[in-house]
Amino acid sequence: MANPTAPAEHHAETAAVDAAPPGTPPPGTPPARRRRLSPGRIFAWVVLVALLLITIFPFYWMLRTALSSNDALYANSSSPLPVDFSWGGFERVFGLQSTEEAIAQGGSGASIDFWRYLMNSVVVATCITVCQVFFSAMAAYAFSRLRWRGRDLVFSLFLLSLMVPMIFTLLPNFVLVRELGLIDSLLGIMLPSLFMTPFAIFFLRQFFMNISTEVEEAVLIDGAGKIRVFFNLIIPMSAGPIATISILTYITAWNDYLWPLMVSYTDESRVLTVALGTFKSQAPQTGPDWAGLMAATLVAALPMIILFMAFARRIVNSIGFSGIK
Amino acid sequence: MATVPTTPKSRGASSQPATRPRRRDDTRLALLFILPATIGLVVFYFWPLVRGIGLSFTSWDLLTSAEFVGLDNYRRMIDDPVFWNAVRVTLLYVVINIGVQTVVALVIAVLMQRLSNSTVLRSVVLAPYLVSNVVAALVFLWILDYQLGIGNQALEWLGTDRIPFLTDETWVIPTIALINVWRHMGYTALLLFAGLQTIPHTMYEAARVDGASELRMFFRITLPLLRPILGLVLIISVIGSFQVFDTVSVTTNGGPVDSSRVLQLYIYDNAFGQFDFGYASALSVALLLILIAVTFLQYRATRAGQTDLN
Repeated sequence: MANPTAPAEHHAETAAVDAAPPGTPPPGTPPARRRRLSPGRIFAWVVLVALLLITIFPFYWMLRTALSSNDALYANSSSPLPVDFSWGGFERVFGLQSTEEAIAQGGSGASIDFWRYLMNSVVVATCITVCQVFFSAMAAYAFSRLRWRGRDLVFSLFLLSLMVPMIFTLLPNFVLVRELGLIDSLLGIMLPSLFMTPFAIFFLRQFFMNISTEVEEAVLIDGAGKIRVFFNLIIPMSAGPIATISILTYITAWNDYLWPLMVSYTDESRVLTVALGTFKSQAPQTGPDWAGLMAATLVAALPMIILFMAFARRIVNSIGFSGIK
Repeated sequence: MATVPTTPKSRGASSQPATRPRRRDDTRLALLFILPATIGLVVFYFWPLVRGIGLSFTSWDLLTSAEFVGLDNYRRMIDDPVFWNAVRVTLLYVVINIGVQTVVALVIAVLMQRLSNSTVLRSVVLAPYLVSNVVAALVFLWILDYQLGIGNQALEWLGTDRIPFLTDETWVIPTIALINVWRHMGYTALLLFAGLQTIPHTMYEAARVDGASELRMFFRITLPLLRPILGLVLIISVIGSFQVFDTVSVTTNGGPVDSSRVLQLYIYDNAFGQFDFGYASALSVALLLILIAVTFLQYRATRAGQTDLN
C-alpha cells in the first residue's frame, strides 16, 4: 500500500459499476502524446481555459465584494478590484461592529453570531464523520472479513437502501426526531446520519476485501481475536480509503441545508448553511448588505476550501465511479 | 455488483466440528459489528419509507393525532393546480439542468483527456462542488442582481439589455438550473473523466494511424464506449436534480408567483408552512413514484451498465 490512492481509484471503480469490463486496463498515465500545437489544440485549450474561468470567477467575485465597503458597491458595481477596501463585511459577520456602526455601513444591525454557527457546523460535521465512518467500517468489516450465516442476505438489504432517495426519508425522520424531543438540537441534526450510509459501507468493504488473508492469518495465529484484527490490522492498512471517505462525508455534512433547516429553529442548533439563509433574509430596507453577505459566504466556504487544498490530490483521485452516490 | 467471497452456507454455529478453528464462524461478532449500521438502516431508511407512505393516507398537523382519510390526499393532489405546476416546473428544471450539465461536463472531461492529466487542473474544476448550494446560490444572486450584478453589467457592455434573471417568470428556472450546472459540472466532468480512462489508448492510436480526425474519434470511439458510464452518471444526476431545493429556497423561495415552486419546495411549504404533513407526505410519494419511473425508463433507454467494450 505504498500509494493508497492509485489502487483506491481502481478498486472502487470496478466495485461500484458493473460496466467496467474485466479486462479493463487500470487507469494509468496515457502514452506520451504529440505536443505539437495545432490550431485545433489551441482552440481546445481556449475552450478549457474559458470553462475554468467560469468556474473560478464567482470565487474571486465573492472575495472582491467581501473586501469592499457596502456603500461603495452601490456606486461602483463593476470594478474588478475591491471598491473602497474595507474589512467591514467580515467585522459584521463576526459581530465586531456596534449595531450603529453596522447599520451605517449597510448591515441590518441584527445580531448574528457566526462563531456560534461555525462551532455548530464543526461539531455536527465532525461527529457525523467520526461516527458514520467508524460504524460503516465496522459493518464493512463484518460484510467482508467475517463469516456468518445470512451475510449475503443482510448485505443485499443494505444495497436496497441505496435506492431510497433522501427526499423521501426527510419528513418521517423529522417526525421521529420530534418524537424523540430532539428538535432544535445538534444531536437532532446529526442523528439520521450518525450510523451509516450505504455508500460508505460499500466503499470500505471493497478495500477490506482486498487485504490479504495471509497477513490476517498470521495475526490470528499470534492469538489475536478478530476484534484486534479489525483495530490493529484492517483499520491501519486502510488508512488511505478511510481518509478519503471521511473527507467526502465531512464535505457532505458541512454543506447540508434542507435537513438542518427543518430541525433547527434558534441559534442553539443553527449551522452555517442555515445561518447564511437567515442572514440573507434579514436584508435591511435600503438593500442587501452585499459586502457582509459575501464575507459570510466566504467564511462558510473557507473551511472546505482549506480542507480541499490540503487533500486535493486524494479527493480528486477518489472521484471515479466510487464517487457515485 | 461486487462479488462476495463464497462462504459455505450450510455450516451453522452449533454444528462446528471440534477440530475446526473457532474463528470459522463469527456470527456473534458479526452481529455486534453490524449492530450500529443496522440501527441506522432500519430506523432511518426503512422505517421512514413505511411511515412516509402511511402518513400519506392521513390528515395530520403534528399537534393533534393523525386521522386516517384514505385517498383524500391523492384526490386533492390530482385537482391541485399548484401541484401540477410544480411538476411542470421541476421537469423543466431537470431538463435544462441535466441537458446543459451533461454537455458541458462531457466537453470538460474530453478536453482534459486529450490535453492534460494535471491534478491541479482537476482540482480547480472540482472547486465549486466543495461549497454548499447555499453559497453558490448567494454568489449568483449577487452576480445576477438586476441593478448591481456584474453579470448584468457585462450584458450592458456587450450591448444587450439587462435581464431580470431571478425575478422574471420565464428566466427564473433556466437561471436556477444554470447556477446548479456551475456547482455540479466539475464533479460530473471528473466522473466522466474517470470513465474515459477505461477506454484503451490503443484505440485512439489505431484511429489516428487511419487518419481519423479528433471529431471523428469523439463520435466513433469516445461517445460509444463512454455510453454505459454516461448512462449511470445521468441516472445519478437526474435523481439529484429532481430533489432541487436549496438553490430555489435561497434565491427566490418559489417566486415570482409560483414560477420556481419546484416539487421539493412545495412539499416543504406544505409540511412546515401549512403543517399539513399528510398532504406533504402524499406529495413525497408522488415524487418518489416519478423518480422510480424516470430511473427505470432511463435505465432501459441508455442500457446503463452494459458495456460495448468487449
